[in-house]
Amino acid sequence: MLDVIDLNIEFHDHLVPETVVFDFDLHMEQGEIVGLVGESGSGKSMTALAIAGLLSRHDMEKRGQILFEGKDLLTCERSKLRALQGNDISMIFQEPMTSLNPVYRVGWQVEEALRIHHPEMTDKQRKDRALAVLSDVELEEPERVYHSYPHQLSGGMRQRVMIAAAMICEPKLLIADEPTTALDVTIQAQIVKLLKRINREKRTGILFISHDLSLIRQLCRRVIVMQGGYIVESGPVEEIFLAPKQEYTKKLIGAIPKCEKKAVKREGA
Amino acid sequence: MKKKKSKNFKIGAMITGVMLFFIVVGFFWTPYDPEAMDKANKLAGVSFSHIMGCDNFGRDIFSRVLKGSGTTLLVALGTVAIGTVCGILAGAFTGYYGGIVDEVFMRINDALFAFPSILLGLVFISLVGSGKYNVIIALGIAFIPSFARIVRSEFIRCKNMDYVKSAKLAGAGNLRVMFVHILPNVMTVLSSSIMIGFNNAVLAEAGMSYLGIGVQPPDASLGRMLSEAQTYLFSAPGYALFPGIVLILMVLGFSLLAEGMKESR
Repeated sequence: MLDVIDLNIEFHDHLVPETVVFDFDLHMEQGEIVGLVGESGSGKSMTALAIAGLLSRHDMEKRGQILFEGKDLLTCERSKLRALQGNDISMIFQEPMTSLNPVYRVGWQVEEALRIHHPEMTDKQRKDRALAVLSDVELEEPERVYHSYPHQLSGGMRQRVMIAAAMICEPKLLIADEPTTALDVTIQAQIVKLLKRINREKRTGILFISHDLSLIRQLCRRVIVMQGGYIVESGPVEEIFLAPKQEYTKKLIGAIPKCEKKAVKREGA
Repeated sequence: MKKKKSKNFKIGAMITGVMLFFIVVGFFWTPYDPEAMDKANKLAGVSFSHIMGCDNFGRDIFSRVLKGSGTTLLVALGTVAIGTVCGILAGAFTGYYGGIVDEVFMRINDALFAFPSILLGLVFISLVGSGKYNVIIALGIAFIPSFARIVRSEFIRCKNMDYVKSAKLAGAGNLRVMFVHILPNVMTVLSSSIMIGFNNAVLAEAGMSYLGIGVQPPDASLGRMLSEAQTYLFSAPGYALFPGIVLILMVLGFSLLAEGMKESR
């Protein structure tokens, strides 16, 4: 479904061009959950934005190929790219506070992708679909949420709304850029469970980006470790956790707080 | 604090409401024809038949004030409309796209902004001639830079927000993102500028008319009345006082209204 081949991303806005992603490779099948882990500045968000097609700034040079179902997203026309965005590829972000437009009601924003990709739908059909997807993401009282403004919802609810908005057109690939980092631990677990369920029921591929290894272990089948723009290690999750080959990966695993480590061990056993 | 908030709004609304009422009435009917000269009543004082007295030509001041306020309001609204619409378009495109177009445009904007509005108005009027509509265009152009600047900086702030990314990810094109998603967020800041702009427009129009380059007779204007009343300041103070007070009330009412609206948000 998704093939990233030799992706290089370079910033050109200063005198010296700065490469932030080196030779990134990724292969994802339909319905796979892949984790992308690394510290701040490792290039994981840039890669995600590139795959989502959001990096069309003129001071950035991208080399390589991003093949989504055969089409190279880096070289295709903007209209084709826009036809995919929201429809086949979607993304959710870290900060639920700023991901929603404060001046529009939540229901309107959830429907936005539908409005753009399916203009033939009537208002009622759109609303029904929006309510359906809002209850899909386990929000109680979808009707009330539909009519609320973002500031009237809690962080966990907002993140669920984001997921609903991203899923409304049933995309093949969902890129989740640290969706749980801004939430507290209990909500984090709920969101991860929700993503797992979406993947199971809708066969949506998920690229889960995080710096939280324990969440990646719960959710992903494969994981790619990045550092400083390079891929340091990649492979099946259990293999990476039980037998990390690289120093950096070992350090990352070692940095997981102890009480969580115990829980992880219990689950593994 | 809450009591003070609604007080501003209420007083402002009252003043503005009364003004608007009189202006609308004056549009259709005035006690006397504003141009009718009555030699017998030259510089007459306040009386029951002439509520505000007469000017040096015997024209009823109240009728002239009514018509004059209407003209001033029209010019101010037109000015703000042109300034806002063009300012939004200019600010939106330059703020959103940036690049060389932004640089060039901002330098032009700065140059325009450096001139006081009345001076720019003077230049424009000398080029195209005077008259109500020319004044509106002249002042409108003079007002574009301040609106454009505000809209541009708001667009620059908003375009990197996550909800813009979400909108693009939903598949929205650039125009849709700019005017459906970003613009409503800009309106909160812009609306206070529009209020201030309106007041400045009223004063600018009055200033230009006072100098003689604003609306020409037969159009009545508060500024022109003030200029004519100068010579008679001590012999018939009402001639200058009434238009002056009406001007002050207009600006005051609208300012209080704007303050009240801002506070209640």
